[in-house]
Amino acid sequence: METNKNIGAAECGDCNTCNMCDEKATRNEINNAFSVAVPKKSGEGVFLSHDGLTLYTMLIYSENFAGILNQITAVFTRRQVNIESLNVCASSTPGVHKYTITCYCTEDMAIMLTKQIEKKIDVLQASYFVDEEIFILEACLLKLSTPKTIGNPEVSRIIRSLGARIVEVNPTYSIVEKKGGTEDILSLFNSLNELGVVLQFVRSGRIAVTKSTVEKLDRYLEQRESEK
Amino acid sequence: MKTTNDNKAASTASSSKDRQGEGTVRITGAEALMRSLKHEGVETLFGYPGGAIMPTYDALYDHRTDLHHILVRHEQGAVHAAQGYARVSGKVGCAIVTSGPGAMNTITGVADAMIDSTPIVIICGQVGAAMLGTDAFQEVDVIGVTQPITKWSYQIRRAEDIAWAVSRAFFIARSGRPGPVVLDFTKNAQTAMVDYEPAHVDFIRSYRPVQIPSDETIAEAARMINDSVKPFVLVGQGVELGNARQELIEFLEKAQLPAGFTLLGLSALPSDHPLYMGMLGMHGNLGPNVMTNQCDLLIAVGMRFDDRVTGSLATYAKQAKIIHFDIDPSEIDKNVKVDLAVVGDCKQTLARVTKLLDKATHKAWIEGFRPYAEKEMQKVIEPAIHPTEGPLLMGEVVRAVSEATGNKAVLVTDVGHNQMFGCRYFKFTEGRSVVTSGGCGTMGFGLPAGIGAALGAPARTVCVFCGDGGLQMTIQELGTIMEQRAPVKIILLNNNFLGNVRQWQYMFFNKRYSFTPMMNPDYEKIASAYDIPSRTVIERVDLADAIREMLETDGPFLLQCAVKEEDNVLPMTPPGANVDEMLLEVK
Repeated sequence: METNKNIGAAECGDCNTCNMCDEKATRNEINNAFSVAVPKKSGEGVFLSHDGLTLYTMLIYSENFAGILNQITAVFTRRQVNIESLNVCASSTPGVHKYTITCYCTEDMAIMLTKQIEKKIDVLQASYFVDEEIFILEACLLKLSTPKTIGNPEVSRIIRSLGARIVEVNPTYSIVEKKGGTEDILSLFNSLNELGVVLQFVRSGRIAVTKSTVEKLDRYLEQRESEK
Repeated sequence: MKTTNDNKAASTASSSKDRQGEGTVRITGAEALMRSLKHEGVETLFGYPGGAIMPTYDALYDHRTDLHHILVRHEQGAVHAAQGYARVSGKVGCAIVTSGPGAMNTITGVADAMIDSTPIVIICGQVGAAMLGTDAFQEVDVIGVTQPITKWSYQIRRAEDIAWAVSRAFFIARSGRPGPVVLDFTKNAQTAMVDYEPAHVDFIRSYRPVQIPSDETIAEAARMINDSVKPFVLVGQGVELGNARQELIEFLEKAQLPAGFTLLGLSALPSDHPLYMGMLGMHGNLGPNVMTNQCDLLIAVGMRFDDRVTGSLATYAKQAKIIHFDIDPSEIDKNVKVDLAVVGDCKQTLARVTKLLDKATHKAWIEGFRPYAEKEMQKVIEPAIHPTEGPLLMGEVVRAVSEATGNKAVLVTDVGHNQMFGCRYFKFTEGRSVVTSGGCGTMGFGLPAGIGAALGAPARTVCVFCGDGGLQMTIQELGTIMEQRAPVKIILLNNNFLGNVRQWQYMFFNKRYSFTPMMNPDYEKIASAYDIPSRTVIERVDLADAIREMLETDGPFLLQCAVKEEDNVLPMTPPGANVDEMLLEVK
């Protein structure tokens, strides 16, 4: 805890007096604590984790009531499935919220999870997808040590070649942002982390829309409207 | 009244106004709750007052003649009583308790109702909305706690939401696969004034309680049954929940389909029906369990392939095609992968399939059950129900009580040996006759559930079988029985042990009886203190007369039977064993 607090103190960004940023970058280099395994792709283009589980993206629509997120996440927790990423926002349909959740599991588990989620009274629909069935977007922010970055031309080459964008440079740190798929973002992080320049890394929850030409939610709502 | 956040409620509320012909009246939220409950047809409530629900109890005082409130002695008793009431009557059971500890004391019952699909609505008080989240006196996050164990839970923070929330709660509790709903009712909502108008929620766009399977699915089910040489039907509680007893009988009889029954489905068919092959599961009958692994078509109706029914899934009915009739799509393929799912209300789906069934006899196949029945009768049943020497046995008491009631009584059990012997040896002629804690296995369920059953089916005899362990878990409800003169016939099967656990210790833990022997009080003295007539039977010769006395006595009665201390319930599929590997004796 003590160490974390010290790192936090250096996050103010305007301190050129301590060496915390450089120290931390060095520590990362040594411990490789942030190393993230890039998921491997199988022949079909599906992400696979180390356990041979598939990364599924669940798209869930619910009424805009309080407490539904809790109910949804409890379905995962109870079955010991870790949520890899989660995004909640209003959907294009007024009053309907959209949840984008990713997790590694078997297809049987994905079916069970979506059924159990859809069983919740105020959930409209829950479906699961593999990556080739959806358009995916994720984003990340990287905070790099400027002194270390300046001294290493490889950093700038990686940032350009992987299509990332530098949004802030000051004498202490530089901020890099990137949008893309999980793999691209993790590649960027891993490449920079190997150079020992990363101070902070954060990746957003995945957002996704389906490739299907049928809008299942609209169809469902129309059907329900007719059954009223 | 204004309906706030349910996009479905606004229009239905106005239609209900037309139907009811009632105008808007300005009343307190507590009074609005009373009127909403009556609007939902509630006649009986089980409850216990306390600080945060006092405004509601104050309103209840004005309705004490038309809303029959049963004061229980502990909130757990209120929920189990509501469950018993719901199970025998087919109506929604209702309980009212206070916030914090009151609400928390209902949790076991709520979880029990969830896993056994029992329609109940629990209304609990809550601190005022302004105090929420401040760790106020008797504040507990009831919604947070109950969300995973309810079909729906909702906090009413504004009096304007009462009519809508109550109507929605009852609709959700009783429709589709039934279940418990918790309404967390803040104190300010109870005291605030509101322009009340009844609401009528019967449509929620995100909730489809019943699906209607296609004609192709129905035809495919009929084709599979017609093609089958060795069909076997598994009947669960869904048949009784769906009021589909008659449809089941027609379905079974037309194609002569033999059937086995889950614990909660036992009274879906009269026990002496020729197609009634017995109980499924760990302590079920030999025939239905063995034949599960010999049939060529397994037809599950309103049951959920609980592990106590299936044993090892790796070997369960692997030789058979499986059809699953269920109202809840999330049950399909959950434990057992099926070849055809018929998702819908079995009252409709069974009738539709029956129309397409060919008449058949399946004579040889049905005959195949007989050797197993005979073997079990000789090795297990006869010695259990007609012993000639030694101490009294649970099985003989159960069968004697059942026969003395003409097999017409409601069987309520606690959990453990009393439950297994009760369900094995009680016989049924009428539907909705089994009230037991199946999925949750809640000790202490029996006595309060018996009170609810007695009030939910006042014309019927209600027999509660319990052991000395379970009775003491909710023994305070003898006070409720005393006050209500509830005609509950309590049969205490006293073996001075926690019998079921002791049997497992005997079989799987080297007979190390770790804290299962139990010192007991004088139950006749306890009954006497509660002004409940009682009698103790030790000798076999006295049993029939004692049962006669119990049944002839008006009102409640405690019949204590001193049964064999170390009896074992058999047959038994050991946990994790194959369904057809039943032990007929314990070595």
